[in-house]
Amino acid sequence: MISKKLGLYIHIPFCIRKCGYCDFLSFTASDQVKEQYVQQLIRELQVRSAAFKDYFLDTVFLGGGTPSVLEGRQIAEIMEAVQGNFKLERNAEITMEMNPGTVNEEKLIAYRKAGINRISFGVQSMQNKELELLGRIHTVEDFLQNYKAARKAGFSNINMDLMSALPNQTLKDVKKNLTEAAKLSPEHLSCYGLMIEEDTPFYQVYEEQELRRQAGEERQEDALPTEQSEREMYQWISDFLEEQGYVHYEISNYAKPGMECKHNLKYWEQKEYLGAGLGAASFVGDIRWSNLRTMEEYLQADIEQEPEKLVEEREVVNEISAIEEFMFLGLRTIQGISKTEFYQSFGKEYMQVYQTVHHKMISQGLLEEEGDRVRLTKQGIDVSNYVMGEFMQVL
Amino acid sequence: MAHIDQSKIRNFCIVAHIDHGKSTLADRIIEKTGLLTSREMQSQVLDNMDLERERGITIKAQAVRIVYKAEDGEEYIFNLIDTPGHVDFNYEVSRSLAACDGAILVVDAAQGIEAQTLANVYLALDHNLDVFPVINKIDLPSAEPQRVIDEIEDVIGIEAQDAPQISAKAGINIEQVLEQIVSKIPAPQGDPEAPLKALIFDSLYDAYKGVIVFCRIKEGTVKKGTQVLMMATKATAEVVEVGYFGAGQFIPCEELSAGMVGYFTASIKNVKDTRVGDTVTDKNNPCAEPLPGYKKVNPMVFCGLYPADGAKYPDLRDALEKLQLNDASLQFEAETSIALGFGFRCGFLGLLHLEIIQERLEREYNLDLVTTAPGVIYKVHKTNGDVIELTNPSNLPDPSEIDYMEEPFVTAEIMVTKEFIGQIMDLCQERRGIYISMEYIEETRALIKYELPLNEIIYDFFDALKSRSKGYASFDYEMKGYVQSSLVKLDILINKEEVDALSFIVHESTAYERGRKMCEKLKEEIPRHLFEIPIQAAVGNKVIARETVKAMRKDVLAKCYGGDITRKKKLLEKQKEGKKRMRQVGNVEIPQKAFMSVLKLDDK
Repeated sequence: MISKKLGLYIHIPFCIRKCGYCDFLSFTASDQVKEQYVQQLIRELQVRSAAFKDYFLDTVFLGGGTPSVLEGRQIAEIMEAVQGNFKLERNAEITMEMNPGTVNEEKLIAYRKAGINRISFGVQSMQNKELELLGRIHTVEDFLQNYKAARKAGFSNINMDLMSALPNQTLKDVKKNLTEAAKLSPEHLSCYGLMIEEDTPFYQVYEEQELRRQAGEERQEDALPTEQSEREMYQWISDFLEEQGYVHYEISNYAKPGMECKHNLKYWEQKEYLGAGLGAASFVGDIRWSNLRTMEEYLQADIEQEPEKLVEEREVVNEISAIEEFMFLGLRTIQGISKTEFYQSFGKEYMQVYQTVHHKMISQGLLEEEGDRVRLTKQGIDVSNYVMGEFMQVL
Repeated sequence: MAHIDQSKIRNFCIVAHIDHGKSTLADRIIEKTGLLTSREMQSQVLDNMDLERERGITIKAQAVRIVYKAEDGEEYIFNLIDTPGHVDFNYEVSRSLAACDGAILVVDAAQGIEAQTLANVYLALDHNLDVFPVINKIDLPSAEPQRVIDEIEDVIGIEAQDAPQISAKAGINIEQVLEQIVSKIPAPQGDPEAPLKALIFDSLYDAYKGVIVFCRIKEGTVKKGTQVLMMATKATAEVVEVGYFGAGQFIPCEELSAGMVGYFTASIKNVKDTRVGDTVTDKNNPCAEPLPGYKKVNPMVFCGLYPADGAKYPDLRDALEKLQLNDASLQFEAETSIALGFGFRCGFLGLLHLEIIQERLEREYNLDLVTTAPGVIYKVHKTNGDVIELTNPSNLPDPSEIDYMEEPFVTAEIMVTKEFIGQIMDLCQERRGIYISMEYIEETRALIKYELPLNEIIYDFFDALKSRSKGYASFDYEMKGYVQSSLVKLDILINKEEVDALSFIVHESTAYERGRKMCEKLKEEIPRHLFEIPIQAAVGNKVIARETVKAMRKDVLAKCYGGDITRKKKLLEKQKEGKKRMRQVGNVEIPQKAFMSVLKLDDK
C-alpha cells in the first residue's frame, strides 16, 4: 500500500498583545477561552482524522498568533491528540512558533517533551529600539536567554524570524541584526520585509506618511526606508547568509543545507495539508477550504454532529487553477519551477501553455531559464506579484 | 374596414421637456381608450427599445392608432405619434410634427417651462399645429398649477386657463385630455381622390417584409399594388401591404387615404431609400411637387469605433451594417489606427446618438468597443484652394499647407434660475461662447442665448451645466453654421511615441489646459510598468504638458503566506482583472478606457 503524506497545521490565534503591523488572525483572550479553544481544537482533530486513516503525518506546524501563550500542559494535550488520532512519522518535523517573551526554560522542556522538535522564534530584530518600535513584548536579552534554554532543552532545529525595512532602519541596522543572529548559528532564518497591511495601526500612520511624501514633502522621522534601500538590505542579507553557509531557497527563507522547512515547502509544492483551528486553511485532493474565522462561531460549532459547519470557504481547484497555483507557488522558490514536473502534473508542455508570457518575461529580464528550471531573476523577485500575475492571465 | 370619416380622425403628438411625463401620458391615453388592458400595459408602451425605457427618452418615432368613444357619443380615431425627445434628433422631431395636425404640450406642474418646452412648442407652432397645454404631476407636493398656467400664457402666449390638470402617473383627469383632443385638435384635411402625397416620418427594417415605411397621407390614397415613388431619393417600389399601428403590432388594412397615418411595405431593402421627410407619391400619377421641408440629415459628431478584440473587426462591420438598415443617419467608413488597428470612423447626429449606437453594439451584438474622442467636422481651407471636411484629426494636413480652418457653431438657449446665471455664463465663457442675449421669463428665471462652438459642447457640456446649476438649468441648441477659428491639433506622446488615436483638434487658447488635463488623466489610467513612462502633450513639435508614470513599485518581500493560497490567488486575480483590455503601443500597455478618458476632462 502506498502511504500518502500529510502536513498538519494547527492555528493558535492568541497573543499577549497585538502588534501594530500584524494583520494575522490573532487576538488576546482569557484563560477560559484559551482552554475552551484547546478542547474544541482537540475535538476537531479527532473528527477530521477519520478521513486520513491512510495518511502519514510527516510535518506538523503550530502557528499563530503565539502558540507559546499556551501552557506546556495544553500543548502536550494537543500533541497527544495528534499522536492518538493520526499516524505520525517517527522523524516528522514538528514546529512550534514562539514569542521569545512568552517562554522560559520550564515551558521549553515541556514543549520538547510533548514532541515539538523545531522552534520558530518570532525575534524580528536584534535591537531593543526596533523591538520597541514594533510593539514587541520581548527584549533581545529575553530572546538570547530563551535561545540558550531551547538548545539546552534539546532543540536542534531552530528558526529565527527577522524583519527588515522597518521605520528609520538603515542598512547598518540590518547588518547588525543579521550578524548577531548568525553568531547563534540557527538552522533556519526567515527574513522578510515589513508589510504595511490595511486595517492595522501601522497602516494609518504610514499610509498618511506615504501620501505626504508623494505630495512632495520632506522625509520625516520614522519614515519607512525607500524602495531602493529596502532592496539593498534584501541583497545584502542574501549575500551575507549565503556566505555564512545558508541556502537561499525561497524569496524570504534561508536554511542550512537539508534544514529547509519541510512544512512550508508543502505549500509551495502543492502537497496535501490539513489545517485545524480558527481560520486554518487546508488542501486535500483537489479541494481547498478554510475554517470559520470568528472565535464565537468556532467554539459553538457542534463538531461531532456537523463537522462541515466549521468550513467557511471551499474551492475546488480545477486544472486551470492548479496550473496557475503551480506557477505562482513554484516561482516563490529560488530554484523556480521544473518543466518536467509541469508536464508530469498536467500532461501539457510548459512551453506550449506559457510561450508568450515566458518570452515576454525573459525579454524584460524578470525570468531566467536554466535547463529544466524556470525561475525569477533578482529583478523578477522585486516585482514578483507582477510576474505571477502575468502567468495568471493565460488560461 | 369600413370607410373612415375624415372628421373623426385626430392626428397628434405630445411635446414636453424631458421628464415632464410625455411617455407616461401616452401610456395613460392608450390604456384609457382600452387598446390594452392594464395587465398588458408595460410601462411606456411606445418606447420599444430597452434603451429607451432605461434612459427615459424616446429615440425612434413611434405611432399608434386608438379608438376613443367621446362624450358626444361618436367614435374617434386617434393617431398618436410619439416623437424623439432629444436635440440630436431635431430633424426627426420636425418630420413627426409635420405628420400631425395638433400637439399636446405637457408641462410639469412643479418645474414649469423649461428650455425644451419652449423649443418644442415653437417647433410645433412653426408647423402650424394647434397646441393645447396639459399640466402634469399635480399630485406632487411642490405642484403649483396656477403659476405654471400663467407662465404658459405669459411666455408662450397660448390659452391655458382650461388646461387639464392631471397626473399621468396616478391616472387623474385623463378623460379631460381625451375630450380636448377631440375638441381642440383639428380633423385632417386633404382629398382622397387627388394624386398621392404622403410624408415619411420614420421607417423600420424588418427581415421578412423589408422596410416598413411610416407615413402620413396628406393627399390621395395608397393601397396594395400602388407603384410608389420616393420623390427625393427617386426610389420606386410596388406596395405589398398597407396598414395601421396597433399596440406594438402592425395591422394590415385595405387602403390608407388622405388624413390617415399608417405604414406600407414594398420589399424595399434599405432605409436609405426611404428617408425621413421624403414625399411618397404614385409613380403613375405623381403629385405636382413634394411636401416642403425635406433635407438629408448629416452626422455632426464623429469618432473612431474599434473592436477591443481585433479579430472581431468583421463582426463590428456586420453589426454597423445591420444598424444602418434602420438608421439612415448613421455613417461609417473603415479606418486604421496605429494604436488601435482596424476600425471605423463613424458619424452621428450627436453625442446621445453616438452613445446609443455604442451601447446597442455592445449589448445587442456583444461587442467590446474602444471609442476615440468624438469630434466634429472641421473645414480645412488649404493654401491651394482645396477645402477638406476633416472628421479624423489624424488626417489634418501639414500646417504649412493650411490657409485657415473653420469649425461649426451652434446657437444655444439655456434656461436657468436667477442665482445660477453667473455660473452658467462663466461656463459658456470658458467654452468660448459668444453672448447673444438674456431675457427674464419671469422674475426668477432667465433665458440666456449664446453661440457656442459645437466641439465645446459635445463632450460634457450638459453634465457641467447640470452640476453648476445644481440640476436646474435646461438646454437646447441648433446649428448655426461654420466660423473661422484658430484650431490646432493636439498630439499625445506616450513613451515618446505619438498615439494617433488620442490626437484631437482643439482651439489654440485651450490647447495648454486640455493637454495638461489629458496628461493627468492618462497618468491615472496607465498602470506602472517596469520603466518610467513620459506622457507628453504636443502641438506640432512643441511639448506643452508632461506627466510621468513612475516605474512599477517593488513588492514587499513578504513572509510566506502560510497555507492560505486562496487569499493570495484572489490578490493576483484582482491584479489580473485590471490587466484585461489593454492595448500595446510601442512597449507600453494602455488600458482601453484611457482612449475614452478625454471625454471626461471637466474639473468637477
